[in-house]
Amino acid sequence: MATTSTQVELDLRELVQGAVKRAMSLGATAAESVVSEGSEFGTVVRLGEVETLKESGSRGLGVRVFVGQHTANTTTSDLSPEGVEQLVRGAIELAKITSEDPMAGIPEPEQLGQINGDLGLYFDDVYSLSNEERIDQARRAEKAALAVDARLTNSDGGTFDASIGRKVLANSHGFVGEYRSSYCSISAVPIASDEAGNMQRDYWYSVARTLAKLDSPEEVGRIAAERTLRRLGARKIKTQKVPIVFDRQTAGALLDHIFDAVNGDSIYRHASFLAGKLGEKAFGSNVTVWDDGTIVGGYGTRPFDGEGVPTRRTTVFENGELKSYLLNTYTAKKLGLATTGNASRGLAGTPGIGNGNFYMQPGEKSQEEIIKGVKHGLLVTEFLGHGVNLVTGDFSRGASGMWIENGELAYPVEEITVAGNLGEMFCNLAEIGSDLIWRGSVACPTLRIEGMTIAGE
Amino acid sequence: MDKRFFFEKYGLSERDLEKYLSAALSAGGDYADLYFEYLTSTSLSVDESMVKSASQGISAGCGVRVVTGERTGYAYTDDLAPEKILHAARTAALIASGPAKTPVVSLKDKARPSLYPVTDAASDAELSKKVELVFRADKAARAFDSRVKEVRASYADELRHILVIGSDGTYAEDVQPLSRMSVFVIARDGQQSAKGSSGGGGRHKFEIFLTEKTPEHFANEAARQAILQLTAIPCPAGEMEVVLGPGWPGVLLHEAIGHGLEADFNRKKTSAFSGLMGKRVASEKCTVVDNGTLNERRGSLNVDDEGNATNNTVLIEKGILKGFMADKLSARLMGLPNTGNGRRESYEHIPMPRMTNTYMLSGDDVPEDIIKSVKRGLYAVNFSGGQVDITNGKFVFGASEAYLIEDGKITAPVKDATLIGNGPDVLTRVSMVGNDLQLDEGIGTCGKDGQSVPVGVGIPTLKIDRMTVGGTGN
Repeated sequence: MATTSTQVELDLRELVQGAVKRAMSLGATAAESVVSEGSEFGTVVRLGEVETLKESGSRGLGVRVFVGQHTANTTTSDLSPEGVEQLVRGAIELAKITSEDPMAGIPEPEQLGQINGDLGLYFDDVYSLSNEERIDQARRAEKAALAVDARLTNSDGGTFDASIGRKVLANSHGFVGEYRSSYCSISAVPIASDEAGNMQRDYWYSVARTLAKLDSPEEVGRIAAERTLRRLGARKIKTQKVPIVFDRQTAGALLDHIFDAVNGDSIYRHASFLAGKLGEKAFGSNVTVWDDGTIVGGYGTRPFDGEGVPTRRTTVFENGELKSYLLNTYTAKKLGLATTGNASRGLAGTPGIGNGNFYMQPGEKSQEEIIKGVKHGLLVTEFLGHGVNLVTGDFSRGASGMWIENGELAYPVEEITVAGNLGEMFCNLAEIGSDLIWRGSVACPTLRIEGMTIAGE
Repeated sequence: MDKRFFFEKYGLSERDLEKYLSAALSAGGDYADLYFEYLTSTSLSVDESMVKSASQGISAGCGVRVVTGERTGYAYTDDLAPEKILHAARTAALIASGPAKTPVVSLKDKARPSLYPVTDAASDAELSKKVELVFRADKAARAFDSRVKEVRASYADELRHILVIGSDGTYAEDVQPLSRMSVFVIARDGQQSAKGSSGGGGRHKFEIFLTEKTPEHFANEAARQAILQLTAIPCPAGEMEVVLGPGWPGVLLHEAIGHGLEADFNRKKTSAFSGLMGKRVASEKCTVVDNGTLNERRGSLNVDDEGNATNNTVLIEKGILKGFMADKLSARLMGLPNTGNGRRESYEHIPMPRMTNTYMLSGDDVPEDIIKSVKRGLYAVNFSGGQVDITNGKFVFGASEAYLIEDGKITAPVKDATLIGNGPDVLTRVSMVGNDLQLDEGIGTCGKDGQSVPVGVGIPTLKIDRMTVGGTGN
């Protein structure tokens, strides 16, 4: 097994370097190539029985070429010598039809590099379980959920998933870098019914880079059951303006919109309400936000970005002031700034912009204390839909959650929308919780926001 | 054209296919199939009046599925060498545990409709013609109004060859073209910024973009919306009468009832529509179908991704729930007709019941009369998409172009707002149905369990007596 994988590693590095070299010999003035390889396993157990079992692996190769200031890119799943030749020739040919773009190019040689040392991204134990053991994890998560209460009568299943991946990037300045990553996750999706037959569904999951850090299936199942049960009997509320508390999940979704708004691509096109606000106080003084691609074991961590630039820690907002946009080489040039190492690159297309570990500085109070401070208000625990206009910052999304009465959770609420403007919402953070937890590459503590409109009856 | 594509390109033979299916059924199972896919794609866009980049891609692979009872085993390979396909087949076979079964192998495709052209957008035009399209869109959008400041226009096409063989004798090949244009515009006036977007396409010849769905058509539409939004006022919040314009607002049907009528959710009894078959779920003015057999439509298919012919399936007839959309697995387990709705994103994915083109048939009302009947409400004509919680039936869709209706007249444009409702009862509040059914322009993509597939939607002008509108105004 070990011998095979060494053999494979060598091949992939040679493959991307070979593709770059071939592009240069065919007339490219700069080139970049990336290969990714991955294996995935997934199983769903529903009502105690295996529903699906999926296992596979795949590879793909992409190349981006520059002929002077003309650029194009191609991808293929055919990694044979003929496939690579066709890929590179195709890209060179395609570059002929594109326009001359003075800003096009790969990073300068001195910008390239990578973080050394173990970033804690890869643990081969995610693939160490037998199929029976994997199925058992999924089965236990579902079983634990359904055991919590007799009203949990149905299920969309328990799952166990594992994946490993490897990415190698090379360019014509001689950069070559690679990293592996691993994930595993467990989830449960129980369904509860009330006496009238009305159903509610909710879910919970645990994700980790190593089995050692994954929550137990029983823990995942129990939380999924609690989240589902508390939705039973949900009602609509009146249209009104009250303080709204967003739990970590929904607050994280709000912060994700802020990432989109500081994305250099939206900035240089003036497609963001934060365009042109660099150095200005855009948000309330209690808002400090970082993007950090270097946190060991983080879900947004990698040694170099999609263009071979080392990742780093960037202060995005400090006490409400917009300190930095998040940029790749192209958007940095457009704005007359330097890349922040946030290039993201799949196999296809030009590099976009991706976050590292993007998070808000936590405050002092627990979620419970924040809820205690609300006389009449709403705790939002789920969004439905995608109603955000980044150009204006206008925000309007479907929501469900719990009504807060005199500092206590009173009853579940559904079929309402919450609306406001992101620019104003982040100026009106009355409270920021202490409960920052990483469950993905974007993390935000509980937030209490004033001045938003709830639309209901 | 291109029949026997995989046989010629990869040297497949009848014996190979038999061998693969036998390997898939080597541990028993009720059914096994193989899905071969070869996809080529091209995309390019104009941005700041430059074609900054262009992309082309090739992806090929084979997915093997083994079904036993309600269990599905699945494996795929992106290497079509015989030993890799056999490995995938043996991996998928792990789901079953019994004596080997013998597949029926047939190499005869049935007579099929031909819903899309044999020469397609991907192969019947030079790249330079495609470049010309995006430049024309850029020019038209900028010429529309001097307040148009940013324009991005893109063109994308793909050509998908598929071959499906099943152990029940299923044999189907298809060549599926798909293309679209889209235009995104930002307008600015002083401190105000606004966006507009438009797009469309289908399973057409390239010519459609030179005659009917021209770059100027999409550019003008995107620019018009952006300019309009510059003066939009906050959308009101709360319950009110809502009139939906014809065409793309049909995304309401897709979210409110479409997903809830996909057979898998009903087999598992996890849909808010479970148990409502034969019952009233809409006003008697509503008849809704899912039709995969329309010519050249984005959601149309000669055969679904399990090799079955698509259909025109009545979902709701005069308000009564009549049908579910089924794939092979749910049809067999539920004893339902297979409606040819088994679809998948690619060879990497397990097929499941999905919509094709979902729309409501025209009624008798004159659109002007519908507007006139509203004292105070919202007239929504463009939407940005939606989402549904299948289990409790709550759904949302986001209006990107909407107006107030005051005393029967369309007045001020309002800002983006989300509309929210309950799937099983929203259509019971439809009190007027226009005589003006339109299908969307061919831009919709539907996501379910992480799989995206192209779909179509449509409605005539509709009046819903009460819906919750999620604005910030009064």
